[in-house]
Amino acid sequence: MSILEESVASLHTKIKNQEVTVAELVEASFARIREVDADVKAFLTLNEDRALEQAEKLDKQIQNGGEVPFLFGMPAGIKDNIITQDLRTTCASQLLANFDPVHNATVMDKLGESETVTVGKLNMDEFAMGSSTENSGVQETRNPWNTEYVPGGSSGGSAASVAAGEVLFSLGSDTGGSIRQPASYCGVVGLKPTYGRVSRYGLVAFASSLDQIGPLTRSVEDNAYVLQQIAGHSENDSTSADVEVPNYLEALGKEVKGLKIGVPSEYIGEGVDEGVKQRVLEALKVLEEQGAVWEEVSLPHSKYAVAAYYLIASSEASANLARFDGVRYGVRDENAKDLVEMYKETRSKGFGEEVKRRIMLGTFALSAGYYDAYYKKAQQVRTLIRRDFEKVFADYDVIVGPTAPTTAFKLGEQLDDPLTMYANDILTIPVNLAGIPAISVPCGFSDSMPVGLQIIAKPFAEETIYTVAHAFEQATEHHKARPEL
Amino acid sequence: MAHISKEDVEHVAHLARLSVSDEDLEKLTEELDAIIGFAEQLDELDTTDVEPTSHVLDIHNVLREDTIQPSLDREEALKNAPDQKDGQVKVPSVLE
Repeated sequence: MSILEESVASLHTKIKNQEVTVAELVEASFARIREVDADVKAFLTLNEDRALEQAEKLDKQIQNGGEVPFLFGMPAGIKDNIITQDLRTTCASQLLANFDPVHNATVMDKLGESETVTVGKLNMDEFAMGSSTENSGVQETRNPWNTEYVPGGSSGGSAASVAAGEVLFSLGSDTGGSIRQPASYCGVVGLKPTYGRVSRYGLVAFASSLDQIGPLTRSVEDNAYVLQQIAGHSENDSTSADVEVPNYLEALGKEVKGLKIGVPSEYIGEGVDEGVKQRVLEALKVLEEQGAVWEEVSLPHSKYAVAAYYLIASSEASANLARFDGVRYGVRDENAKDLVEMYKETRSKGFGEEVKRRIMLGTFALSAGYYDAYYKKAQQVRTLIRRDFEKVFADYDVIVGPTAPTTAFKLGEQLDDPLTMYANDILTIPVNLAGIPAISVPCGFSDSMPVGLQIIAKPFAEETIYTVAHAFEQATEHHKARPEL
Repeated sequence: MAHISKEDVEHVAHLARLSVSDEDLEKLTEELDAIIGFAEQLDELDTTDVEPTSHVLDIHNVLREDTIQPSLDREEALKNAPDQKDGQVKVPSVLE
């Protein structure tokens, strides 16, 4: 068994007691990448020289009796839309193919405080727009459970790298399901925190009112350790919430007896695969056996969430991606005669199809004469979707359902029709529109591919999510399954 | 009924500073038309007097003291600029 199969807590103790060196851990990570990444293709950029140098420095620190915080020396992969100082950050876009950030995202500084080791940058759908990582402008990442299948997206590299045992944890970002859906498809644990729980400073913005950074790990406990390190207010993101960060580890091991679970009928009804539905019902039974109670509830506006989301997210994206104009960074088209032509050629050659499609949709929805009919209407529907959740949370502690209506699909299978692809996020999007937290945890297999159980809670109730997810995980063996690569 | 015409797409492409080839124009018009048609299902909902949500957090006007903070020096700020001259970003001519 590779040393990277162990938990954060176990490795922390071993590093502290000098039973394992950071160098061994980091070398194991690169060895695994060399072994499997030609098949998985999770990484866009490797940070090997600097990571090994840092490992050597950290091992010296330990020998000299230095402090060993949690996550110290742990090899991590970072989604390529989170900026890393002097380490190439491309958002998997040809437009940013040569971009080397001059500062760090807040989450990178926070990981730096505990001396996490960044192993490399992970593939994604270009600018986080997609549900399969096939929209990457660089390469197609494969699902470690079957390399003919997609890993999900947009944080496909983040999920695949953890599932393949290349890193101990990764960071992803979730705008409409981009952490939870790939976590579900790859059989790992992925959390989208409450909007504002984690600073977005240095996350290349897609849809600013929806984006949130979160951890992907192999266990709920590991997940809590990573969130603990990255959560909190930062002055550089005025939308990061000034709300105290609790001790998430204390939420683990608590009982779920008497916990009230709402199961939306819309989440287990039409359009959800039978195998997925069965795994979720089995999971509910596991929680029931521990004293939780569940009842069917309704989120009546769920079916409108996808339409509202694509209008809102694309509108915000059309504004956010205006900055990629070839002036201050990026790959500029050199043949243009004047400034406007330079903008147009740079953007048309640098952006992929899906990114252009969404910029066009967003620009249209915000343009004169259409704003009220599309953008404002979508924002009003967003209010109705929030109210649906508020009503259920008045009577229930958590909402539980599948993370995605199906398991992973084959590469190329859905690429031709944007609307089919958008439907993969039907169960994750409402959570982003409401700004609330949700996790995906492995709950078994259907047709040999992993199924994810989604647990949703009130704003800033990540502790409740961890309590329920941990209780479920500890009562089952699903999280111990590993793909054969 | 078509929701969006080729002329609309050309206009929006210009606003978005994208160039669209004649060949792509047809395909993009069809795709956007389908997506907008899909989005029009929202019209089934009565949203009279429903406040729009632009943001889930209840925060307004976050202010800080107007004091000098460390910032990037010029060399760093220009590090990724595709073209530069005399410490400034250089772009193609704006006017003929």
